[in-house]
Amino acid sequence: MSIIETRDLVRDFKKTRAVDRMTFSVQPGEAVGYIGANGAGKSTTIKMLTGILKPTSGHVRTCGFDPMRQRVEVARRVGVVFGQRSQLWWDLPLRDSFEILGAIHRMDEQVTRARTDLLVEQLEMGPQLGTAVRSLSLGQRMRAELAAALLHSPELLILDEPTIGLDVLSKQRLREFLVAERREEGTTLLLTTHDMGDIERLCDRVLVVDHGRLAFDGTLNGLAGTVGAQRIVVIDLAQPTPDLVDVPGATLIDSESDGLRQRFAFDSEATTVAAVLAHVSSRHEVRDLTVKEPDIEDVVRRIYAASGRG
Amino acid sequence: MKTFVLLARAGFRRHSTYRLALLAGMTTNCVFGFIRAAVLLAALASAGTSIGGYDAPTTIAFVWWGQALLGTVNLWGFAEVKERVRTGDIAVDFLRPVDPQITYLAGDLGRAWINLLGRGVPALLVGALLFDMAWPPSAASWASGAVSVVLAVVVAFAGNFIINLLAFWLVEIRGITLLWMITGGLLCGLYLPVPWFPDWLRTIANWSPFPSMLQNPIDILAGRVVGADIASTVGVQVFWAVALLVLGQFVLRAGRRRLEVQGG
Repeated sequence: MSIIETRDLVRDFKKTRAVDRMTFSVQPGEAVGYIGANGAGKSTTIKMLTGILKPTSGHVRTCGFDPMRQRVEVARRVGVVFGQRSQLWWDLPLRDSFEILGAIHRMDEQVTRARTDLLVEQLEMGPQLGTAVRSLSLGQRMRAELAAALLHSPELLILDEPTIGLDVLSKQRLREFLVAERREEGTTLLLTTHDMGDIERLCDRVLVVDHGRLAFDGTLNGLAGTVGAQRIVVIDLAQPTPDLVDVPGATLIDSESDGLRQRFAFDSEATTVAAVLAHVSSRHEVRDLTVKEPDIEDVVRRIYAASGRG
Repeated sequence: MKTFVLLARAGFRRHSTYRLALLAGMTTNCVFGFIRAAVLLAALASAGTSIGGYDAPTTIAFVWWGQALLGTVNLWGFAEVKERVRTGDIAVDFLRPVDPQITYLAGDLGRAWINLLGRGVPALLVGALLFDMAWPPSAASWASGAVSVVLAVVVAFAGNFIINLLAFWLVEIRGITLLWMITGGLLCGLYLPVPWFPDWLRTIANWSPFPSMLQNPIDILAGRVVGADIASTVGVQVFWAVALLVLGQFVLRAGRRRLEVQGG
């Protein structure tokens, strides 16, 4: 059985069509990144999946249930984190939020406690348990939100922009936790984000939505391949060097300062950073190297451009 | 049920963190208690020994039970649900496998309990120590008075919850909240006992849910209503509690449909 199934899902707001004949399904254990520009229809889809918003037409099933008619059944099986909203009790110590959520989900007290302990340990939140939620930092709060969404061991975890506003270290911890959680529990993940790092580290499948329509459904590499998004490697050399035009699999984009810095573009399918570096360093002394990944905005822009919008 | 108790406990703890507010509330309640006691005793003295079944000790009881219940019963309303509707956070409530109205009711009962302990009981003690005050005449009055207070909290909550939900349709509900506060403050019997009202106003009050929020429990606790009359006094409260909770369910459902249609 699919965890998420939509068929010809449509949602109209007064004059605009926010979601347009969306058809996709997500199998148990998958980790799916759901990306697109602001207003492309991501949040609208999530609201329909969770029973907050009624579809104009089409078919939607979440964990096998109709989210509109069987809201409670869906709520028991799904955990949701909205980056911009909180599900915690603002003026209570964090510990209390877990206790209340456990009761709301009709969990046995011992189960609640064991599950809380486990999540708190994995998310390294022990010192914050006695702190009022309003006094937590954003990074701490997002980890707490994640723990709250996972407390009842949902089959499906939906994260709407979970890393928005977080610093690099906080993002890193959040992602590491999610990877470990999924490895152990096999939780299905649906994630919307503007951060390519989230997708790369967490997702094995990407859905790109453009003006309410599914513009791409496949792997991340496939996505980059489809639109010809290339990785960029910048090599700094010790001596001024003539342009290196003969690196196999890579194309020279430009060079600076008499060839002290040279930039190459390459396709992941054709070669690797290591091969490029090996080739260059066998002939010249290399001082530094940076790799620039294709960013999500760029990839999405290309997809939009290819489909004649944007 | 366990969920309900835990949610009530959460409400209790949330409000018990604001100790200074409790202390300030208690002080205010006491100060106003003195003023109101002085004014009502003066009115009573000029009218004779009793008005509408209230003599001096029951009037004192009316004043101090009123001050004690003022924070317990949420007469002035709350803005939490309205804010959650306005910001869209109400969606989070719909993502839980529990009914939002029941959830907030539980929280409000917890809030009432801490306010009764932190503000109500001290105010009542001040009144009892400094004035000659009538006490509930029997164990039955104490017990039914306690039930009546719980019902008063429920009626006030249920009414305010509906007012809050109007935010689904109106951008700003401050005007309605204000109207509710003024009308409710008068008709619930906070300023004057409802039996002191002129006939026409008393009729209006008795057809409204407001006396169920304050006057009814005070009547029982001050010993003005005794015996078989207690049953009808509590019965009216039960009616309003059920009616407003049921109406609230309908409004909540309509609000949810609006969210479903318009997006949140």
